[in-house]
Amino acid sequence: MKRCLYCQEAIYLRVTWNNVVQLNSPSSLCELCEEKLEWIEGKRCVVCSRESPANCCYDCKRWSEFYNGKDPLIRNYSLFTYNDFMKELITTWKYRGDYVLGTIFQDVFKQQYKKNYSFIMKQAIVLPIPLSEERLLERCFNQAAMLGQFISNDVQIGLSRTLSEKQAKKSRFERITMKNPFKQTERLNKPVVLVDDIYTTGRTLRHAAQLLTENGCPEVYSLTLCRA
Amino acid sequence: MKKIIQLFKQRQKRDMDKTCSSSVKYNEQLILDKEQLQQYAARYDGKLLLEEEFYLPTSLFTLLVREKIITPTPSITASFFTTTCKRCHQSEPQYFATIHCARCEKPHLYCRSCIRMGRVMECTPLYEWTGPPMNWPVHRAPCSWQGELTKAQQHAANRMVKTFEARCSLLIWAVTGSGKTEMLFPTITAALETGKRICIASPRADVVRELVPRLQAAFSSIPIQGLYGGSRDNDGTAQLLVSTTHQLLRFKHAFDLLIIDEVDAFPYHQDLTLQFAASRARKEESSLVYLTATPRKIQRQQMAMNQLDYVFVPARFHGHLLPVPKFIYCAKLQERLVSDELPKEFIHWLHTRKKPSRQLLVFASTITLANKLTEVLQTLFQHDYALHQLQYNITSVHAGDEKREEKVAAFRRHDYHVLITTTILERGVTFPSVDVAVLDASHDVFDEAALVQISGRAGRSQADPTGEVVFFHDGKTNSMVKAQADIMKMNRRAREKIVGEDE
Ligand SMILES: [Zn+2]
Ligand SMILES: [Zn+2]
Ligand SMILES: [Zn+2]
Ligand SMILES: [Zn+2]
Repeated sequence: MKRCLYCQEAIYLRVTWNNVVQLNSPSSLCELCEEKLEWIEGKRCVVCSRESPANCCYDCKRWSEFYNGKDPLIRNYSLFTYNDFMKELITTWKYRGDYVLGTIFQDVFKQQYKKNYSFIMKQAIVLPIPLSEERLLERCFNQAAMLGQFISNDVQIGLSRTLSEKQAKKSRFERITMKNPFKQTERLNKPVVLVDDIYTTGRTLRHAAQLLTENGCPEVYSLTLCRA
Repeated sequence: MKKIIQLFKQRQKRDMDKTCSSSVKYNEQLILDKEQLQQYAARYDGKLLLEEEFYLPTSLFTLLVREKIITPTPSITASFFTTTCKRCHQSEPQYFATIHCARCEKPHLYCRSCIRMGRVMECTPLYEWTGPPMNWPVHRAPCSWQGELTKAQQHAANRMVKTFEARCSLLIWAVTGSGKTEMLFPTITAALETGKRICIASPRADVVRELVPRLQAAFSSIPIQGLYGGSRDNDGTAQLLVSTTHQLLRFKHAFDLLIIDEVDAFPYHQDLTLQFAASRARKEESSLVYLTATPRKIQRQQMAMNQLDYVFVPARFHGHLLPVPKFIYCAKLQERLVSDELPKEFIHWLHTRKKPSRQLLVFASTITLANKLTEVLQTLFQHDYALHQLQYNITSVHAGDEKREEKVAAFRRHDYHVLITTTILERGVTFPSVDVAVLDASHDVFDEAALVQISGRAGRSQADPTGEVVFFHDGKTNSMVKAQADIMKMNRRAREKIVGEDE
């Protein structure tokens, strides 16, 4: 019997239009859990993927000003809204360390990468946001690296942390004004797609993007699972 | 035994930081004498822990392992057909998954079943204390409780003390409101007077939270800790512990006396890993006491077949009978509740309660219904003249409610007159004077045990020993009928003064 990867409820084979047409491999989530995932639909900000009536949201305009009109992050694409269910799921996955939960997103993450970044897929370098050595040894895996491996067989390292991740508990202001926590360990002169689990303020991704651009990387994009 | 050990001179700075928090300051040389080893024994003897649960500096931890004071043991064992987690004893395949581990740079298994207690991985062992065992102190006359047991309570208490002395097992079948906590005092006293370690475990954190202050009042000079997810004293170093059954997963051969309260409650009664944890937490020579007001089938069978010694306490401590639930039929109850309509039978009952000053505890079948009822009742209280006069305040609680503890405390202080709850408050929580309504009692979540427990919330104090219990339903279920029959049967036995099977 197949069970829901998240809640352990039994999954019975569902006949949907999808598996009649293309025999999709059945989902690893039960119907109830899957319903709680909230896809970002409708009009979204073209820069950060937040649901927004405007083409470019207020925050992204501010980012653009902050970088004097040259936002180092050209575009972020996120799949899901960071709702309560997603919060719980990501906590269990990343902080409690239930590694296998990441595989729930294997197929959709790949699909959306192909769909949204097909124009650079051939030459792009996939670069997950790194964890500090200390965090990595504590958690035993990097959730961003796991997502990166879903879309590329050749995930690059290229960056490392000089400051640890304690920013998770900081206020918005402190986050915006904080020092760049990364250093570049390898020169990358192809377009880069950064990968992370959550886009919150966009600070972390832009720190990475800024550093890469300064060191000769032509274009930086990102693909994240959730838009908080 | 005197063990003198020298610690390495070099230590990382990081270790120093950690040390300060655990308040063991040491210089360049560390000498662990008998006394210090006893301090560590109090913390670690009888536990089964992951390295990070020791909260010791790496160098000290390594040293204790090298000296075989702490001994590693495999955490996940795999034989040809089965994989078993040695912490929670889970062996169902769906609870194991592979992690590509950055620490050991290999893929290997980890246990998903007990991951809420910290992740158990194949590459990292569990550790047990193998140093000098902890000698728990002997306490003289530790019980500061001044009250007196009723005859029925005394009878059960005596049986329990005998069980403790003979290191056997016993089930106490005591109706709701019989005062079972007080029945435990003589046995706890006997255990403390002989330097034994005691744990009272309950499947529910609410019960743990309520029990700790009551025990502390009764044993005022004894350090007592409450262990539950998120509790402050999670290190579990006290001689007398009150714990959720989940927290028992961190213990091994720890207790001389283990008392499992509400043995029939969710999740313990259907979770084999918790039942395993409870049996492992006992010392090899120890005694076990189960407490329940509503034994499940399995315990009833064991009692019937003389496999489980038991004592029956049919009478409430104040000597009054259990309130018998009344059934009130409301046609199309579920449909009406969904469309925000209160059944007129329920409103009528609100108007005609014998004692409107009594607080009101309303059990709802689902969280959605609990929230909805709160709104609808609020509106009713504003617009209904008679009810408006009574100035009822209302709130609701459910399992995921972050303010649950606060709201229950506020209800206890009479800040609210009406509390709407899901089954989470069906047991363990005592309010002195309430009427109880169940909406809708025909729902599946209300099984026989739940309904008996719910009925038992009424008439809990000497000052107000009765209370109304009403099941609003749209079709009698087996559970309802059985619960009512059960309660009447216990009342009959209480009247006949049958106390215990051995008289
Ligand atoms: Zn599920
Ligand atoms: Zn934006
Ligand atoms: Zn490992
Ligand atoms: Zn386990």
